[in-house]
Amino acid sequence: MQTPALPPQGATVRARRWRHLRRAVALPLAALALSGCTIPSFYASEGATSSSKSVYHLWQWFSIGAVIIGGFVCILVAYAVLRYRRKGDHIPRQSQYQLPLELAYTIVPILIVFGLFAATLVVENKETANPATKVTINVNAFQWGWKFTYPGTNAFVYGQTTQNPEMIMPAGENVHFNLTSSDVIHGFYVHDFNFSRYALPGVRNEFTILAQNEGTYFGQCTQLCGLYHSLMYFRVKVVSQSQYAAWIASFNNPADEAAAKAAAKTTYQQTSSVVPTHGSTTKFGR
Amino acid sequence: MTDVLDPPVQLPPPPPSHEMLEEHGHDEHHGPTGILKWITTTDHKIIGLSYTVTSVIMMIIGGAFAEIIRAQLASPNGTLVSLSQYNELFTMHGSVMIYLFVGPFAFGGLANIMVPIQIGAPDMAYPRLNALSYWLYLTGAITMLSGFFTAGGAANFGWVAYAPLSNSVNTPGSGADLWIGGLLLTGFSAIFTGVNICATVFYLRAPGMTMFRMPIFTWNMLVTGILILLAFPVLTAGLIMLYCDRHFGTHIFSVQGGGVPVLWQHIFWFWGHPEVYILALPFFGMATEIIAVFSRKPVFGYKGMVFATLTIAALSLGVWAHHMFTTGVVLLPFFSIMSLLIAVPTGIKIFNWIGTMWRGEIWFSTAMLMAIGFLITFLIGGLTGIYLASPPLDFFTHDTYFVVAHFHSVVMALLMAAMGGLYYWGPKITGYLLNERIGKMQFWFLFIGTQIFTFPLYVLGLEGMPRRVAIYPHDPQWKTLNDWSTFGAILIGISTILFVVNVAVSWKKYPSGDNPWDAQTLEWFTTSPPPHHNFYRLPQIRSERPTWDHNHPEHRSLTHGKHPELTEDGLEKVHSS
Ligand code: HEM
Ligand SMILES: [Cu+2]
Ligand SMILES: [Cu+2]
Repeated sequence: MQTPALPPQGATVRARRWRHLRRAVALPLAALALSGCTIPSFYASEGATSSSKSVYHLWQWFSIGAVIIGGFVCILVAYAVLRYRRKGDHIPRQSQYQLPLELAYTIVPILIVFGLFAATLVVENKETANPATKVTINVNAFQWGWKFTYPGTNAFVYGQTTQNPEMIMPAGENVHFNLTSSDVIHGFYVHDFNFSRYALPGVRNEFTILAQNEGTYFGQCTQLCGLYHSLMYFRVKVVSQSQYAAWIASFNNPADEAAAKAAAKTTYQQTSSVVPTHGSTTKFGR
Repeated sequence: MTDVLDPPVQLPPPPPSHEMLEEHGHDEHHGPTGILKWITTTDHKIIGLSYTVTSVIMMIIGGAFAEIIRAQLASPNGTLVSLSQYNELFTMHGSVMIYLFVGPFAFGGLANIMVPIQIGAPDMAYPRLNALSYWLYLTGAITMLSGFFTAGGAANFGWVAYAPLSNSVNTPGSGADLWIGGLLLTGFSAIFTGVNICATVFYLRAPGMTMFRMPIFTWNMLVTGILILLAFPVLTAGLIMLYCDRHFGTHIFSVQGGGVPVLWQHIFWFWGHPEVYILALPFFGMATEIIAVFSRKPVFGYKGMVFATLTIAALSLGVWAHHMFTTGVVLLPFFSIMSLLIAVPTGIKIFNWIGTMWRGEIWFSTAMLMAIGFLITFLIGGLTGIYLASPPLDFFTHDTYFVVAHFHSVVMALLMAAMGGLYYWGPKITGYLLNERIGKMQFWFLFIGTQIFTFPLYVLGLEGMPRRVAIYPHDPQWKTLNDWSTFGAILIGISTILFVVNVAVSWKKYPSGDNPWDAQTLEWFTTSPPPHHNFYRLPQIRSERPTWDHNHPEHRSLTHGKHPELTEDGLEKVHSS
């Protein structure tokens, strides 16, 4: 099969090792130089709410830590692997303990961990705070769709799977959410909010969101909820406060309201009898 | 032999021949043979081998499911499988991999074979219980997989079976019941193996084998065994509750009857997080042994390593709710700091592995490559796990592909360590080496494939792609990243095929001798394969490396960085004070 290949010796090894090392160091440095002085995004995004921005910054700081620690460990491994490859039948020193060193790599990580925890607490407390709010939206998830109601008003939004029900919320104002589920567990997730929360049956999950940028954002159920989980979409439309008020007011025509409610009811009943239950082999998109 | 191994070193002389062989293997010669022997055996080596082979077959089945999943995701509106088939596929992929491959491979397979030999025991403490474990496992595996042949298909509620999706209203099929039944059976097999490992380690150590002279792998298996005993009964209880809810009209997890759905998550993860370490610790142990042997050095910071393992185990019992941050019903800071703290002992292990390689003489055999691949891949999985321990970052990434990527970095690292374990201990178990050239090809396919497979998944998660979706029509740009991931999965698939090819090609071809790697721990002192009750004779056990001490008496560990004082006849001076 193969002849035992002795690793090259002396100068060639050193030259090759140096080339390896140079490449290993040059790449991250180049990346750092290219990114300039702004902190890279590490594939996350700032999002549209006040807490999504804090989460994004937390993400960046964690990532910087991860890159430094991961890079450091990788360099150590690369150095060990390149420097200490077996060259002959030599038995190295059999050293086993190095207490100060071992203590160092116990204590330093503990300090790092508490640093990360402190940063976590700051953002977490901000994100889970429940300030007083004027606007409340009740979000109800069900198999397979979303219903958004606005307590104290006649407004509501309702839709199933790919109908993309569009929740309207005002910008620049704290909005209180009550999240519930009528059947199984669903996940309320809006990518641009950098936030998700389970909709649990029998539990009312409350949180507050301050949307800062107007726009339409995509949302989707993230917790497996059965057959049509892949299609449980919704949208969030953040509008100015005056547009929001106008939208709420548009529901105050009693005739419209009754018609809309009836429509919603029938769609729900129709689809819930038509939607096949589990175990069926209905092909989607055929 | 030299044509498969390319050690740039002279192998040490084999351990002394076994002239002093006492007549011992009697039942070997008179007992049943063939299939009857396999069915009736209580020999831990044969049971362990059955476990190993069965679980590798499970890995191949689970891997095939994964390849179908990836093929489905190769287009935003994939129609290879239906929505419900997709749910079955990822549920059974996760279940087969976690319940039927990684765990049984580690504690039923390699540990079953190696722990008794590593501590100089003739067999497991309860050989018949051990046999029962294997048959329960096999029955459970067949039960779980047979769901595919029922009318409603296999279980389709994810490997975590969250209530109330898993109740009889939402998942009426018998596939779900077979899943519960299969998991109960394999759960009992795990509990019995845990009992066996703990008892064996506590009671059957050879003379001289004190606790702090046990190899790290045995230490890790002991801690794994204890974790199994603490965690698995909780899962068993939970499964019985779930079954009662489904069939006997109880309402433990249903709101309608006054039950609490989230209770299932508490029970499941109270088992599930320790389970993560039940799966990981054995592979940490394998990697530790491999790195030490192929660096020709003792395990650096041996006692720190044991301490780290114990710390991980203790902390792992108090972090389960980090899987439940987004439920909104758990105490965030407590579970956050506990989870973050696990990074500390894990980091100690990583630095100890590097310390073991440092100033060593590293021989890049396939086993060593796999161990280094494990180290790097696990580092990535560990670092991304730290993000998930921070509730705000978990809110943002939970149930997206970021999580899928994180735990695949971890489990693919474990898979590499598993392969390393097979290349390392295979010769001990069978007496034959695997082909190193195919092995190295397998490694590079596995290692590069894993990174190409996981990296796009991290990005997809950050861009908002949820997990467990069969189609992603509203964001077709995700196709490119998904295609890269699928490409990586194909490379991983090729590596698995190479492994099977390697076993076929090397079948009984390259006799290994007793100690082909110049290894250090007790199992390498006996023959390959070991005789019926493992040892004809034992060396003096004066450290955690009896075989090494025997072969290289002049190169004992320098425990505190100093050369030991030697007496005139070359023995270590003993200070009686
Ligand atoms: C060939 C290598 C593998 C590939 C290509 C692969 C692929 C995947 C993919 C794409 C998913 C996500 C499915 C979805 O959320 O829609 C998944 C889920 C999962 N995989 Fe793997 N996987 C591989 C190996 C493994 C291994 C070795 C393990 C465990 C030891 C594992 C455990 C899991 C688990 C637990 C899930 C979650 C299932 C669930 O969501 O219920 N995978 N895998
Ligand atoms: Cu869903
Ligand atoms: Cu966990």
